[in-house]
Amino acid sequence: MKPSPPSDANRIEPFLRVASLSKHYVQQRTFSRTEFTVNAFQDVDLELFSGKTLALVGESGAGKSSLARCIALLERPDSGKIEMEGENLLALNRKALFRIRRRIQMIFQEPVSALNPRLTACEIIAEPLAIQREGTQLQQRERALQLMEQVGLDATWERKLPFEFSGGQRQRLAIARALTLKPNVLILDEALSNLDAPNQALILELLAELQTSHSLAYLHISHDLRLVSQFADEVAVMYEGRIVEHKETHHLFASPEHSYTKELLATVHSVDSILLERSA
Amino acid sequence: MKYFARRLFHASLLLLAVSIFSFAILQLTPGDFFAPMGLNPQISSRTIAGLRSQYGLDRPLPVRYRHWLQDVLKGDLGRSFAYNSPVTPLLAVRARNTLLLTGTAMLLAWLIATPLGIWSAVHRGKWGDRAAGVMTSGLLAVPDLVVFLVLLLVAVRTGWFPTGGMVSPAFSDLNVWNKLKDVAEHLFLPALGLAIATLPTMLRHVRSAMIEVLEAPFIQAARAHGIPEPRVLFRYALPAAANPLISLFGFSVGTMLSASLLVEVILSWPGIGPLLVDAILAKDVYVVIGAVMLSSIFLVAGNLFADVLLFATDPRIRVE
Repeated sequence: MKPSPPSDANRIEPFLRVASLSKHYVQQRTFSRTEFTVNAFQDVDLELFSGKTLALVGESGAGKSSLARCIALLERPDSGKIEMEGENLLALNRKALFRIRRRIQMIFQEPVSALNPRLTACEIIAEPLAIQREGTQLQQRERALQLMEQVGLDATWERKLPFEFSGGQRQRLAIARALTLKPNVLILDEALSNLDAPNQALILELLAELQTSHSLAYLHISHDLRLVSQFADEVAVMYEGRIVEHKETHHLFASPEHSYTKELLATVHSVDSILLERSA
Repeated sequence: MKYFARRLFHASLLLLAVSIFSFAILQLTPGDFFAPMGLNPQISSRTIAGLRSQYGLDRPLPVRYRHWLQDVLKGDLGRSFAYNSPVTPLLAVRARNTLLLTGTAMLLAWLIATPLGIWSAVHRGKWGDRAAGVMTSGLLAVPDLVVFLVLLLVAVRTGWFPTGGMVSPAFSDLNVWNKLKDVAEHLFLPALGLAIATLPTMLRHVRSAMIEVLEAPFIQAARAHGIPEPRVLFRYALPAAANPLISLFGFSVGTMLSASLLVEVILSWPGIGPLLVDAILAKDVYVVIGAVMLSSIFLVAGNLFADVLLFATDPRIRVE
């Protein structure tokens, strides 16, 4: 029995629907003909709604990032469907895909390597517009500066290079770049895990603001359940390539069913109790 | 500007150290150019002593080093005992030949290594990449000497290429076009050998640098924006992978030079190599030191050029 997304009779249509998505990798050892397959994820169903956040939690190696890359159309899954407003994206040809890409954007864990080290802040943010051949250079720059302000970066820093920014600022740059093409879906792949706590809070706040103002659908991948409880509307728990539990956040925390979820929650609680003891 | 001044200062310090070292080491070895003359009963020991004092070999080492250094600053590298002529013009011709050889080999090696390395990185794990991997490991395992000897064997057996020297005996009778052709024919074999000797390292570096960059999230982000693949490779990945390759370029000048000594001796290319070997065996000290200094200058210049290139291409270094 695979867990279905929490159903609600008067729910609106999801913006993006992932159905029975599977992906495996074939590995071959050097000097040997034996191949073995590694299942990245199997039979995954997900729905993303505009203005809502779905968190995907699970230990490393559970297949979260592979799934994210497939949904961001960076890799091709083996089977299943990715539907956006009723259209199956996996059936599209390259040209149609090029047009669709702007609607799903991704933010990566490592802001350092996520930014082209040779480009200035302004060029990085304007880069998607250049790739999609949208607007003149002047317009591209204007949009980039406007976005810098929007994510809380000083527009006078436009000529700075990525390494001149702090970790939190770099993540803001990455967010600005992801927003350039006005996407509908933002996939955050451990986007907060490399930041310190104050920066995490600031970026979360920014993400929440942007979600309301742009009515973005977030797929937020994380291994940090405590963090997830602060922002996710729903949580899907991934374990060994499968989604083992999918509930609204408060339900999941109140009544976990799967043993792995319970385990995850137990570690959160034990850390909490240790912290409580320390402070007491 | 400060950056260059500092680099230049470091380079000159290095050259000074090399000169002191080679001077001292040559003196520490027993015997000198005139020692074998003592075996000839017809040459009296007074004649030999006279020759030694004429060439200044009887003076203490620091004094000779000072004299030598003063001359060098005036552009005079001393006198060759064996050729009985100034070292500077002797070396200049040889250096030109060596530069022609290593320059051609370098160009050839990079022209093969860069596209092949990129191709391997893009098709990593596929059979073509594996074949290239097997080929480079094979070449790395075979000593350069064997490669050069095999080339020599092939050239001698087939007669497709001339096997020695830089020009044919009738060179002076040829017109400009045929002169160029003649030199190119003589150049081909040693340049190929040298390129083969240095290619595997370059190829592997290009491949690994590209693989690392191609997996970087910023490339993925660009793909998520719908960037076409050729543009990913040449506009995004290659510039980002360039840094280690530029440094490798400076380093490869050194590898090239040491390999060129060998290839010049085996395929009789009239470069610094054969001159240096003869001079070492004959203890023709000023020629040895001159050749060593020249090689060091090439090496330093290669690295300096790489640094300047890095500075020009990488904004991060410029800002620092």
